Amino acid sequence: MSVIDGSWTERAREYLGRRLPATNLLPDRQPYYVGSWVYVFGVVTIAALVWVILSGMVLSFFGPQWWHVSGVGRFFNGLHFWSVQLFFVFMVLHLWGQYFAAGWRDGRAKTWMAGVVIFLVSIVAAFTGYVSQQNFDAQWIAVNAKDAMNSVGAGAFFNVLNFGQMYGIHVVLLPLAITFLVGLHVLLVRMKGVVKPIGYDRKVTR
Amino acid sequence: MDSPAGYLHLGFILISYPNLIVIGGMIVLFAVALLAPFHGVGGKGDKS
Repeated sequence: MSVIDGSWTERAREYLGRRLPATNLLPDRQPYYVGSWVYVFGVVTIAALVWVILSGMVLSFFGPQWWHVSGVGRFFNGLHFWSVQLFFVFMVLHLWGQYFAAGWRDGRAKTWMAGVVIFLVSIVAAFTGYVSQQNFDAQWIAVNAKDAMNSVGAGAFFNVLNFGQMYGIHVVLLPLAITFLVGLHVLLVRMKGVVKPIGYDRKVTR
Repeated sequence: MDSPAGYLHLGFILISYPNLIVIGGMIVLFAVALLAPFHGVGGKGDKS
């Protein structure tokens, strides 16, 4: 057995066991102050993201003609669109809650920054979704965005009039990035726990 | 549905009514989340 001592798998297992104990990963109790509807916004955002991904998978399977012409296709198109609206609404509500609670305190800067990056990447995902609709609205947005991209010098890398490029980024790269970042964000929350309300210790020790 | 949205124009503030309704709704929802009692919390001996 000594042959595997010090192997990377052992070191990784020990590191993960130390940093991510199962009681933190899957807690069955939360502090008293977590009992507020404000703490529900984050998980509702994830629930909306699940619907976004599931409806998006159906849309990508059947294609643009289906989602514009058939009744079921239009339903899934609407489901995808409204799930995105709810995703953004609840993400911003979660952002407000964490901003006013100063959620980056006590070593939670990485958690906060992961959330910021998710927000920014999600905006790009929404934009590529708008230009991938395959309708006049998408063309109008893409033509205007093309000027905006050129004005900042990014037109050589992102051709927003290229449906293949925008659609590929929208259905492959960005969902992978967002899913990974959300997983990381939740993992960081589990490792550090939910931030205490401002003045909580002072109130408790008084 | 096909007509363009109306806009609120107050000095430098220019916002469409649909966007204003969404933002207003979000502020109301945020206030409700802060004030509404959460189920299972608030009873005696639940300060752990």
